[in-house]
Amino acid sequence: MATEFHNLQELRHSASLANKVFIQRDYTDGTICKFQTKFPSELDSRIERTLFEDTVKMLNNYYAEAEKIGGQSYLEGCLACLTVYLIFLCIETRYEKVLKKISWYIQEQNEKVYAPRGLLITDPIERGMRVIEISVYEDHGSSGSSSGSSTTSSSGR
Amino acid sequence: MKNREYQQIDPQALATPPPDHTSRRLRRKWEVFPGKNRFCCEGRIIAARQSGVLPLTLALILLTSGLFFIFDCPYLVQNLTGCIPAIGGVLFVFVMVSLLQTSFTDPGILPRATPEEAADVEKQIDNPTGSSSSYRPPPRTKEVVINQQVVKLKYCFTCKIFRPPRTSHCSLCDNCVERFDHHCPWVGNCVGKRNYRFFYAFIVSLSFLTTFIFACATTHLALRSRGGNGLVIALQESPASALELVVCFFSVWSILGLSGFHTYLVAANLTTNEDIKGSWSGKSGGEDVGNPYSYNSIIKNCCSVLCGPMPPSLIDRRGFVPSDDSVQTSPVEIQLPAAKNDKNMCTQGTKGLLETASRSPLLTSSCPQAKPQAMPAVLETLPEIVPSPEPHPPKTTGGRQSTNTPHKHHSHHRSKAKQTTHHTHKTSNSSPRPYHSHSSRRKDSKNRDPKFSSLR
Repeated sequence: MATEFHNLQELRHSASLANKVFIQRDYTDGTICKFQTKFPSELDSRIERTLFEDTVKMLNNYYAEAEKIGGQSYLEGCLACLTVYLIFLCIETRYEKVLKKISWYIQEQNEKVYAPRGLLITDPIERGMRVIEISVYEDHGSSGSSSGSSTTSSSGR
Repeated sequence: MKNREYQQIDPQALATPPPDHTSRRLRRKWEVFPGKNRFCCEGRIIAARQSGVLPLTLALILLTSGLFFIFDCPYLVQNLTGCIPAIGGVLFVFVMVSLLQTSFTDPGILPRATPEEAADVEKQIDNPTGSSSSYRPPPRTKEVVINQQVVKLKYCFTCKIFRPPRTSHCSLCDNCVERFDHHCPWVGNCVGKRNYRFFYAFIVSLSFLTTFIFACATTHLALRSRGGNGLVIALQESPASALELVVCFFSVWSILGLSGFHTYLVAANLTTNEDIKGSWSGKSGGEDVGNPYSYNSIIKNCCSVLCGPMPPSLIDRRGFVPSDDSVQTSPVEIQLPAAKNDKNMCTQGTKGLLETASRSPLLTSSCPQAKPQAMPAVLETLPEIVPSPEPHPPKTTGGRQSTNTPHKHHSHHRSKAKQTTHHTHKTSNSSPRPYHSHSSRRKDSKNRDPKFSSLR
């Protein structure tokens, strides 16, 4: 890791977006929101497998909690039915509350675990709950090699 | 210490230096939404572009109910009971509110894939686990096992995603919709995961309303003609009731039929789409195929469909499109470990700069000299706010690539007369008489803090 930088402009070029890794959904349990815990090979050199799996499992737990069909959701549903669903305009549903928790959790994980390793997780809600997008940043200043395939995914340009 | 001149850049100057196009305001995502939808109230209300026969539905309901309240109710209140308008009123409100919610709620539209995501999927398709050298076209389906059933996930060429189970692409709205039931021209919207319960409430309450009005109109005419006047005189005295009878008579069968059909679907946890295609009825295969999504209990199925948690809208209509400067920062407030090094005031400066920079798209300040051990910590946190400017296609590209005209305000549905085409309804339709006024879904935009809005 280089120890001196002349200015942040150089630094900006030093830490560039190298790749994006996408963790897909796991549909084996039906349509509930759950992500695959398979460790992608591109992250092999960047982060420990256990840390990654813990993050994904925690996210899966949160989503399961949001989509759980149980006492509280029935209550919410019946109340909503009685008020012709106008209640959704007034109160925050449990799902939304859990989504906020998830946002907070992802932010925390980014700050503590991922950013120090040059990674950044994007909240799945920003991607339509289809994927967990992990942006891999490359620090040219470091002696580290580029991780995995360096196909810059800028094909959409 | 080397001799270098470090420019301390004023953080204020960093704050979003206006690009060349200063006059361009930030656009909201609904303005660049690629599907065929209309948006009202600055993106708060969404509807399909083709409103179908929504105005007709609305007109029928309002007309019939209006006639009922004006002509039938007074007579029946005098001669029967005062509860009649009350019940009618409650039913009418239920019908209207649920109809509006069905028409103007996001049915569960899946946003299209970002370019990177699409490229990643393409990569997977082009390099299947099997041989990649054959000339046959790459497979565009993926198989997944759900509840011991093999389910094929199809690739959507428009949205560039593998559709999740039960998701289907609506050609009228040009969107993939989760748990797609059907596109209902009577409500002028798709019926999917998020608005199925509204739709069901609508058709059930409409069944009750239609039956109620039919019964009341019949009673009214019967009471009038009982007085020795005969039916003809009664009809002459109250022609409105006759009109109501006609309308209700012809609609009640289809609406009741539809309610019954959808009650069956709810109890079996099926969608109209699946029922029509016979996905789980074993028509396609000889083996025992069952619905993998069913809980095998009517009560549980009903509860999960109608009383389950309300999923959020995924399309974030009111969010802002990331600026065209592909550098987008995450407004994450980073607690720099270097801040602990208070001895070095330059580090403080760095921290301040970085925090400010985290709010601005560009990061061009210089780094004052700092102790070596402080720098690695600073460096480590920097990557997340210092993306390389070159490359990343801003979301707008992805959003715009197949945009039709972005829709600005449309408060009224221009009914393209009665285009009742394409409904995949099994039974002939009935229902919906829309009307509108709902600004629903404004909460959806609150869900997403723009924390990680695409660092590109």
